[in-house]
Amino acid sequence: MDIQKTYENYLDIFQKVSPNFKKTDSDKIYQTRIKAYENFKKAGIPDHTHEDYKYAGIAEICDKEYEFTTDSRSALVDLNSFFRCEVEDMDTHVILLSNGEYYEQNEKLTDIDENIIICGLKEAKTKHAEIVNKYYNQHVGSSKDGFVNLNTMLSNDGLFIYIPKNAKLNKAIQLVNLTHGFGNKNIFKRNLIILEENTELNMVICDHTLNTSNNFVIDVTESFVGKNANFKYHALQNEPNKSGVINSHFIRLDEHANASTLALSLHGGIIRNNFFVQLAGRFSEANLYGLNLTDREQRVDNFSIIDHIVPDCTSNELFKGIIDEKGKGAFAGRIIVRPDAQRTLAYQSNKNLCLTPEAKMRTKPQLEIYADDVKCSHGATVGQLDETALFYLMQRGINKKEARLMLMFAFANDVLLKINIEPLRKRISGLINSRLRGEFSNCSHCLLNCNG
Amino acid sequence: MEKEQDKVLKEVTESEYKYGFTTDVEADEIPVGLNEDTVRLISAKKNEPSWMLDFRLKAFRKWQTMKMPEWAHLNIPEIKYQDIIYYSAPKHKVVIDSLDEVDPEIKATFDKLGIPLDEQKRLSGVAVDAVMDSVSIKTTFQETLAEKGIIFCSFSEAVKEHPDLVKKYMGSVVPYGDNFFAALNSAVFSDGSFCYLPKNVRCPMELSTYFRINAINTGQFERTLIIAEEGSYVSYMEGCTAPQRDENQLHAAIVEIVTMKNAEVKYSTVQNWYPGNKEGKGGIFNFVTKRGICKGDNSKISWAQVETGSAITWKYPSTILIGDNSSAEFYSVAVTNNYQQADTGTKMIHLGKNTKSIIVSKGISAGKSQNSYRGLVKVSKNAVNARNFSQCDSLLLGDKCGAHTFPYIDVENDTAIVEHEATTSKISEDQIFYCNQRGIATEDAIGLIVNGYAKEVINKLPMEFAVEAQKLLQISLEGSVG
Repeated sequence: MDIQKTYENYLDIFQKVSPNFKKTDSDKIYQTRIKAYENFKKAGIPDHTHEDYKYAGIAEICDKEYEFTTDSRSALVDLNSFFRCEVEDMDTHVILLSNGEYYEQNEKLTDIDENIIICGLKEAKTKHAEIVNKYYNQHVGSSKDGFVNLNTMLSNDGLFIYIPKNAKLNKAIQLVNLTHGFGNKNIFKRNLIILEENTELNMVICDHTLNTSNNFVIDVTESFVGKNANFKYHALQNEPNKSGVINSHFIRLDEHANASTLALSLHGGIIRNNFFVQLAGRFSEANLYGLNLTDREQRVDNFSIIDHIVPDCTSNELFKGIIDEKGKGAFAGRIIVRPDAQRTLAYQSNKNLCLTPEAKMRTKPQLEIYADDVKCSHGATVGQLDETALFYLMQRGINKKEARLMLMFAFANDVLLKINIEPLRKRISGLINSRLRGEFSNCSHCLLNCNG
Repeated sequence: MEKEQDKVLKEVTESEYKYGFTTDVEADEIPVGLNEDTVRLISAKKNEPSWMLDFRLKAFRKWQTMKMPEWAHLNIPEIKYQDIIYYSAPKHKVVIDSLDEVDPEIKATFDKLGIPLDEQKRLSGVAVDAVMDSVSIKTTFQETLAEKGIIFCSFSEAVKEHPDLVKKYMGSVVPYGDNFFAALNSAVFSDGSFCYLPKNVRCPMELSTYFRINAINTGQFERTLIIAEEGSYVSYMEGCTAPQRDENQLHAAIVEIVTMKNAEVKYSTVQNWYPGNKEGKGGIFNFVTKRGICKGDNSKISWAQVETGSAITWKYPSTILIGDNSSAEFYSVAVTNNYQQADTGTKMIHLGKNTKSIIVSKGISAGKSQNSYRGLVKVSKNAVNARNFSQCDSLLLGDKCGAHTFPYIDVENDTAIVEHEATTSKISEDQIFYCNQRGIATEDAIGLIVNGYAKEVINKLPMEFAVEAQKLLQISLEGSVG
């Protein structure tokens, strides 16, 4: 299918499934769908003519036929029995999302604070309607992005986390997104994460695909980080070559809040990560980190908009990419400092290694500044491994291949050092090491081969 | 040396009066509006050969299919293309009778710039004998240059005298359908400059043109073509000042530069079109397509610009590096004050091996202005060992202005090294305090600091331009600090 047909197809799908949504959704949520439908109808699918999606390779994704499903649980065997995705020495609550839906057989989280809610978003929409209605689409609603609106229009389930004021969650949350089943799956996930005042949440997100089909995943995560709250989000993307993933994370920070995200794109067909961050409370801080290891004919496109709305906030961005073989990388980062957002500190850096003549990298580090008492910087580099450093290592008896790996690992390490959960850093460091060596980065306890 | 250069500059500027005009005063303006007949009429008035008319018509037809670009970080009021007079030869219109009626602020600016009284009159639209507009005047040095084989004349003259060169190179760097404004220019351009440097000739003097807008409601559509043959060198200066006009005026120019093996062209601009008044009323809309091609090996093009004027500036002097070992430079200072808007930068397109480019861009925003840098560095597949360094700094004076940076970096080659860095900051209170302590008033201190900040770029300008530019910077920012 071409882009136009895909677009029309989605409009048709919505017409078909919207009566069901009308039955199950609350009025408010149904209205957001209608609004998103209108927006999507207007915006269309952003292709290469759209400035923000110029290098995302959307036409390639839309080239295939996908099967849109609203219910896929029936075909599933018990995943808990053979699926292991644990991080050594890190105690986590593991939650599975199967084709975007909250897995029914997820272990009941019995040992957590009773006020904390962790469940599927679909379930939360009925059981915790008041909270969902208060937060759902509050930040996402302002987006004109075609894919974001497509998600709002068609998504139905995902993860819901609510941590009320002063509540403590005992462990990190590990969210495992599983894509499986026959045929090309088109999956829409919607996660809603709410951290109220004085709370903390560490998350690790692992994406895994069990089938060998072409899948198209369109995700939206909406996070609200309350006063003094601390949010850490680590996404490990490990997808097969044929997959297309468009991931959008909306984060809004309140006073003195702190949010850090890491997007580690280890493997994938076409990956697009969008970050929309609003620093809406004074003295809040947002850190965005990203690392992509791109080879074969893969594409990774990181896109971010950091919006400094109020004074005294800080943002840091560090995105690094190693592009090998015929890989294509793209980065676009925009920092907006609104009028009166004085004393803003905003730093952005994008560094890339292109290892072959076919590798391509495109970067757009952008600043939009409307206040004068600010310190903003952005930097971007595209280059190769330092010849003198390579020579230095070889002089000391390290063979060229090993020396190159060492330098590449050192390059990636800058991003790794930003992870301050020790066991997780070790785990990720191991994954990167084996990935750079061209080995499949399998988790040691897992019986599955996720990215064959 | 400096004195001599001053003399040269003086002669060049004064020569504009001496020579007057060659075109018929009766046939000075054509009716308002733009259609195919307008294009034919312009061509006919200029007695152009048929190939020139064809070029214009092709461009016009292309333009009709194009839409005004919206990607720039600019808020452009609707331009009514049908309300513009597309051709005006210099028939003088008396606007004011004496200099006393000129806005005292404008007059003070002239005094500070040190512009001679006659020129002040002319700039302010006061009745004087000769007024120059779209039609180029003959230049003084033509004979001296002719001895060396250098051709430096108006574009229309080149069309008549050197049709082969014009045919060969016109549109080879900026095709007629390149962009909306380039197409418009290609269809209706009135005149411009043509410069040809034969093999191994080093131009003994700096060539200069002063483009000025004087007639009311006349779009200014200039076209410059510079061809530097193997081993030649020229330093070319372009400067603009415009008198105060209430209605917005459109300026869409094209500059094309071609350099062959071992040739070098240095293109310097001081742009000081009328920026509009303090409330953002009036001012020039400046949409310029400037592009050079380093065709031969080891060739070089450098752009240096100081942009202080225009209500809206849309300008990206670019270089396409085709020849191996060719290099390009871009040095720019862009100042915006009051309600001015600027979206300016450069494109460096690396195609040849071992090509190098440097970008140094300094933006200064004050008042309620918006100042954006937009640049592209592209390294194509075959551009082995390409090297680029970009530095884009922004200085904010005041808390209501904006400074934006939109760099694009496209790398398709693994041997390329591309670096970009940018900072945005304001003048620190420490710096001002330091100056105040030493008896320097705040306003002067800011001038001092801004000039220091812009030094790197100003140093790249030819001497007399540098002096003017420095003064301009100070004047443009006057009253920006309360």
